[in-house]
Amino acid sequence: MIEIRMHGRGGQGAVVACKILASALFKEGKFSQSFPAFGVERRGAPVMAFIRVDNKPIHLRTEIYEPDHLIILDPTLLQTIDVTRGLKPEGTVLINSPFPGEHFELSKKFTVATVDASKIAVRHRLGSRSIPIVNTAILGAFSRLTGVVGLEALVKALRESVPIHPEENAAATRDAYRELFVANTVQAQE
Amino acid sequence: MKRVLEAQLDKYFNPQTTAEIKVIEGTHAASHAAKLARVKTISAYPITPQTSIVELLSEMCASGDLEAQFIKVESEHSAMACLIGAEATGARSFTATSSQGLLLMHEVLHWAAAARLPIVMVNVNRALAPPWNIWTDQTDSLAQRDTGWIQFYAESNQEVLDTILMAYRLGEQVMLPVMINMDAFFLSHTAEPVAIPKQNLVDEFLPAYRPEFTLDVNDPRAFGGLTKPDRYMEFRYNIQKAMETAARLIPTVAEEYDYLIGRHHGTQVEEYRTEDAEYLLVTSGTITGTTRIVVDQFRDQGVPLGLLKIRTFRPFPDQAIRNAVAHVKKIGVIDRNISFGSGGIFFNEIKAAIYNAKVHPLLNGYVAGLGGRDVTPSVITDIAEHLIKSKQGKDLIWIGVKK
Repeated sequence: MIEIRMHGRGGQGAVVACKILASALFKEGKFSQSFPAFGVERRGAPVMAFIRVDNKPIHLRTEIYEPDHLIILDPTLLQTIDVTRGLKPEGTVLINSPFPGEHFELSKKFTVATVDASKIAVRHRLGSRSIPIVNTAILGAFSRLTGVVGLEALVKALRESVPIHPEENAAATRDAYRELFVANTVQAQE
Repeated sequence: MKRVLEAQLDKYFNPQTTAEIKVIEGTHAASHAAKLARVKTISAYPITPQTSIVELLSEMCASGDLEAQFIKVESEHSAMACLIGAEATGARSFTATSSQGLLLMHEVLHWAAAARLPIVMVNVNRALAPPWNIWTDQTDSLAQRDTGWIQFYAESNQEVLDTILMAYRLGEQVMLPVMINMDAFFLSHTAEPVAIPKQNLVDEFLPAYRPEFTLDVNDPRAFGGLTKPDRYMEFRYNIQKAMETAARLIPTVAEEYDYLIGRHHGTQVEEYRTEDAEYLLVTSGTITGTTRIVVDQFRDQGVPLGLLKIRTFRPFPDQAIRNAVAHVKKIGVIDRNISFGSGGIFFNEIKAAIYNAKVHPLLNGYVAGLGGRDVTPSVITDIAEHLIKSKQGKDLIWIGVKK
């Protein structure tokens, strides 16, 4: 079983992104489960959402405490909460940031990759310039980084799930797949 | 590899009987079930974490996907009162609620059952205030114990959908209302693959509702009028008999569903790895799924631990429990609920059920996870280890209370 934890802020679409990911994983023939950290989220407040994926039915019904992968939609969260809590030593961290992974202290302990999902979202007019909606873009980078999910399944799932602008969201996902940076390695190949 | 996975999914979801598999939350699994049951009347008042059940149903009604009356009301009490009227005219009806909303319905819950109206309702198990809490806890539905409603508890979103369809089939045979309970968030807001069965198969399983007596303006009758002591008791006797009939019918309905749709979630109970078990954990709701994993781990180490999942609280599965405990040495009941001044509610029912059994294993009552506190594999492992070491049964053991 692979467990993924996504950190974002209320309104960035972490919960929807996890649902799209669960749906894409199912399209690839796997069992998946996605759920938000159960709370009363306000716009701008730190939020979490979770994904489990397995080759057999998932019976575990608890929050995720020791994830294999982290996805961070807002890098300012790194200053306020301990995002890597419980992350497995071989775990990967994907951060929405214009800087390369080495920029972040936690790249000394974990594999850190970045993608400028905000810029990509703005390019495709998703959300506003000040509050871009980065959830679909980041998924493309996650696909490239981990190989947990394929790009085509993601695009198919998000076309079915996003309420508006399916083509722009799909294009943002594809762009992020191409524009991923992985720390301590050369820029990801085309 | 892909083919192996597809074979696994096929086995789980049965493609021959499935129209579509959707990755959806428990709330939407409930909405789709109500649509498949071709309900005619829906009335509800919004409350977290139930709201998205009736939100989707209202969209289905608005778009014409579902031909039903959606009646907006100003309270849960009115929602149930509305359905009592609708169901009395012979219209299959549905509502959903949670927590405080269910408590506000309490008076009319008795009315629905005693008027013998097989309404189906989903309750999302949520803790009661104060202090305010929107997370899971079963005390809301268990406080409706004596209302005459049949009560199911579900473990997965698929079980929610399938059980709602079985609930109409069962309720309309015994003329009693049915409540299907799902855990707040752990099911209600968790998206997972759910097979939506083909409509023609559901129609075959669940024929149109045709009650013997209905409210009809062209054939006026009075229902529920004043009844003197010389007659009242028989009405109560008949409700109890209907509950006993329901207990006998639940395995049949489950078999019929399995025959047509190809899925079986157990009868009033489900036994998991109880073969030659010496220790037994008893659970309901989503704690069951997590307990399966713990049972597998103990079995891998050669410890004879088994699991008994309770699916119906009313009628209570006394006989199934007596059968299940006949060969075990120690039983631990995990309750995500509390009856103040007593203890875990399932525990007390189980204690009563086994009093007249031939054997009396050691019995421990554990209260855990109130107000949505996570019951993890490590919590359940601690409970199992405590049970195995116990020398004498104890009625109430609190798990994880902070000092």
